[in-house]
Amino acid sequence: MSLEVDVDHARESFHLSARFSAVPGLTALFGRSGSGKTTLVDIVGGLIRPDRGRIAIDGQVLVDTARGVFVPKHRRRIGYVFQDSRLFPHLSVRSNLLYGRWFAGGGGAAANLASVVDLLGIGRLLERRPDSLSGGETQRVAIGRALLAQPRALLMDEPLASLDEARRAEILPYIERLRDEAGVPILYVSHSVAEVARLATTVVILSEGQVTAVGPVADILSQAEAGEGGSVLAATVARHDAAFQLSVLATAAGELQVPQLSAPPGSAVRAYIRGRDVMLSLKPPEQISALNVLAGRIVSITPSAGGAQADVRLDCNGANLTARLTAKSVQRLALAPGRPVYAVIKSVSFERS
Amino acid sequence: MTPEEWTAVRLSLLVATTATLASLPFGIAVAWLLARRRFWGKSLLDTLVHLPLILPPVVTGYLLLISFGKRGPIGAFLDEQFGIVFSFRWTGAALACAVMGFPLLVRAIRLSIEAVDTRLESAAGTLGAHPFLVFATITLPLCLPGVIAGAILCFAKSMGEFGATITFVSNIPGETQTLPSLIYTLTQVPGGDAGAMRLTLVSIALSMVALLGSELLARRIGVRQMAA
Repeated sequence: MSLEVDVDHARESFHLSARFSAVPGLTALFGRSGSGKTTLVDIVGGLIRPDRGRIAIDGQVLVDTARGVFVPKHRRRIGYVFQDSRLFPHLSVRSNLLYGRWFAGGGGAAANLASVVDLLGIGRLLERRPDSLSGGETQRVAIGRALLAQPRALLMDEPLASLDEARRAEILPYIERLRDEAGVPILYVSHSVAEVARLATTVVILSEGQVTAVGPVADILSQAEAGEGGSVLAATVARHDAAFQLSVLATAAGELQVPQLSAPPGSAVRAYIRGRDVMLSLKPPEQISALNVLAGRIVSITPSAGGAQADVRLDCNGANLTARLTAKSVQRLALAPGRPVYAVIKSVSFERS
Repeated sequence: MTPEEWTAVRLSLLVATTATLASLPFGIAVAWLLARRRFWGKSLLDTLVHLPLILPPVVTGYLLLISFGKRGPIGAFLDEQFGIVFSFRWTGAALACAVMGFPLLVRAIRLSIEAVDTRLESAAGTLGAHPFLVFATITLPLCLPGVIAGAILCFAKSMGEFGATITFVSNIPGETQTLPSLIYTLTQVPGGDAGAMRLTLVSIALSMVALLGSELLARRIGVRQMAA
């Protein structure tokens, strides 16, 4: 299944122009507020009719302004999880979940309900009313409701934005399972680097209505315009160090020690390292407190912050790592592409998302 | 109470119930149009619906008489094509009451439809529900308290309607002599005071029961939706 989007939409002084395709997995639409992310998913979901463009799923055209095609939202079979969940207040959780199934044809429905309820851990809530649920529960039910309509693609508009840290941490694993098990393209709107780094397969960067970059998460998030100039390392949990409450991650660049994770050894995780948390040294540092030292070679040096700083990209045994340094440090150490360096990262600079 | 008085009370209940139930589907449709749609002539429709509230009831009754009467264009058409006759029948009284109660009905329903969050409706749409089913499963249940309030108002208005009814279908005992018409008649004849007083008390009792009933219903539904 794949979702192709190529649309233009003007509204007052704002012009949205986006072109990308999404395959099964999670495609993050990433950008500041006001960059047109929600407008874009509303267009895909059929809530807004674009001025010009074409949207197709699995080759079936949903919108083609040139040929006058506009499939209304109730015939698109695209699930939509809203930021404000929008559960129906007069129906129980069970009826909310089953609402879309009436219209989807209901094939294999009973097994479906059981598996979705299990996937999202909402079995205890079925007879409750929406207003008696916590924020995290509400959003899980909203996700389940969208899934049970048997969508061909899933739109999620900042589903975690209205939740606090603890509730987010509660839902993130479910979204990861969804990404890996649902088998449909997920379009996920977010302005949080941490969320995108953890969840996304592909990232589409929107800036003032324009798509400025599309690509795999590791490549895109390390670009300076994506925000903080950080990098994403694919990793697996190697072991836990219970005595010091640390976890050891194995990455292509070497081992990383981070604050203890709940994921069991062997599970795949992603480490997001902000550029400003990385220090560079020309020699292997000795007798320092930082636990992580990765050897690498400088690939490029890009000035940022008007020349006062620079983003130094490293190749650490195939993995990309970016360090943000002052221009003064770059000059003092005579850093230049090709030079071998050691990247130093404090374990406490990692945050769990 | 005399048999004549009982007849008038029964007739009034029949007329008011018929007027309310028959105008309800139209009231919901017009309220939905006014609340949710933009179209050419919307303010004209709005004005037309509200007109009976402002016009003298006698004028409304007279307009009904010349359009729905036996020789009126609509009345003649309905009589020839479907055998439906309004003039000087209890059905005509029901029509007059429906027209007079319609603005109250539409107003209450419209306000409650406007209070239903359109974001819930679009969410239902993304789940595959056709707009008509969205209305039936989301909008209507959520605006039910307003529908009930509007229906009770329309019923109460119909129980008390006098001017338009007497102008359109006159004051025929057993056919069009409703409770207010009989009270009026009794006040015009010597010795009718006791009867007028009895009917006045019946009238007050019926109004209070209707108001209390609507209050209770609205509260029960309100509670259910609060808990929802």
